Amino acid sequence: MSSNKEGLSRVLTVAFALCIVCSVVVSAAAVILKPAQEVNKTRDLKRNILMAAGLYDASLSVEEQFERVTTRVVDIDSGTYVDDIDPDSFDSRAAAKDPTRSRTLEADEDIAKIIRRSDHALVYLVNDESGSLDKVILPIHGYGLWSTLYGFVALEADGNTIAGLGFYEHGETPGLGGEVDNPRWKSLWEGKRAYRDGDVAISVAKGAVNPQSAAADWQVDGLSGATLTSRGVSNLVQFWLGADGFQPFLTNLRRGDA
Amino acid sequence: MDIRETLFRPVFRDNPIALQILGICSALAVTSSMQVSLVMAIALTLVTAFSSFFISSIRHYIPSSIRIIVQMTIIASLVIVVDQILKAVAYEISKQLSVFVGLIITNCIVMGRAEAYAMKNPPIPSFLDGLGNGLGYSFVLMTVAFVRELFGSGKLFGVEILPLVTEGGWYMPNGLLLLPPSAFFLIGLLIWAIRSWQKDQVEQPEFRITQHTPVEESA
Repeated sequence: MSSNKEGLSRVLTVAFALCIVCSVVVSAAAVILKPAQEVNKTRDLKRNILMAAGLYDASLSVEEQFERVTTRVVDIDSGTYVDDIDPDSFDSRAAAKDPTRSRTLEADEDIAKIIRRSDHALVYLVNDESGSLDKVILPIHGYGLWSTLYGFVALEADGNTIAGLGFYEHGETPGLGGEVDNPRWKSLWEGKRAYRDGDVAISVAKGAVNPQSAAADWQVDGLSGATLTSRGVSNLVQFWLGADGFQPFLTNLRRGDA
Repeated sequence: MDIRETLFRPVFRDNPIALQILGICSALAVTSSMQVSLVMAIALTLVTAFSSFFISSIRHYIPSSIRIIVQMTIIASLVIVVDQILKAVAYEISKQLSVFVGLIITNCIVMGRAEAYAMKNPPIPSFLDGLGNGLGYSFVLMTVAFVRELFGSGKLFGVEILPLVTEGGWYMPNGLLLLPPSAFFLIGLLIWAIRSWQKDQVEQPEFRITQHTPVEESA
């Protein structure tokens, strides 16, 4: 047995048999566990949406809480709903990479440093008990210091007052830029205003905001030790609430003809 | 075969991280919180134990010319299975561990045990040896994570122990402990502590530093 252990046919047989066995094991695991993983992924996304709007309650199931939320696809440039795209299968990251469904931003437009912006986006409308619009949650992303931050911003039904902000994926420095996840900082966004005289005015200040100043309603405290992350967050919020972002949609929404 | 010896020797006497200085990379990366470290430790322990077991079971059939790639294939398959299971049952933690579960494949401890022990010993002792080395790794990981999470974010397993200044408490956290380099200092201190206790682990100096020029010549 040991005489031909190193023979070519032996090497090939062992390699082939091992590959077959391992690939069966790996694909079986992937196929069997796929449904559970999909459920987790959707639940995680829904939880992040609810958390951004400040609606998340850990004691209730995510699905139950999400029943109040309607998902719609929006054409970003015209700001109107699109009904021929299925919100369940729409993948905004894939759409942003597809040249037929996205456009390259000019350098002066691209303050969030995202390079390409998809033509459509998902928006989440939260209704209150009586069925009228309570909050609208918009997906946002842009570059911070090290990484692209992905998150949501929630606005009240007036399309101007910010109800919450949160990021679900980023790679900023823990303890510095990573403080974008700090609940105390995120709560500073609540009640701030996005627009002043029709223009985007919300920004992250450098350092603390003077509550007496006239601009305090449009400013959020910067994160100490994270100037570039703060600037990135400021830019990405301004981009997505601006004319190249969701401003047309919010204007339509306010007029009630989105 | 002494089960106790095989299982517990790698924890203190022959610790893979502290004595053999293997598997440092993931020990730096995932130890900023205890919960994540615990999952990582369990994942690595299982992968080491089972890969040793399977490699040892087929050790008489593995041609030596392709033994490394055979070991890698088995280890990689097990790691993918572990990663898939984590994504299905502990999604939050698997998100925090991100690439580090996948990087168990390149963890030197797993390969090291396969090559050094499982290729020469029967399956059951190999399994225990893998388990033991996994425990040794877990011991270091949990110790480092304990210090990093407690003094870096004032928590243990996500439960607040020291109220932070930023949350209205009194404890000013040490930000360095949240960054990977701090694990270097902690592992260094741990190695120092273990070697002060287990004197035979201290290595003989490979060379002695001598004066460059004798004093009388330079004068």
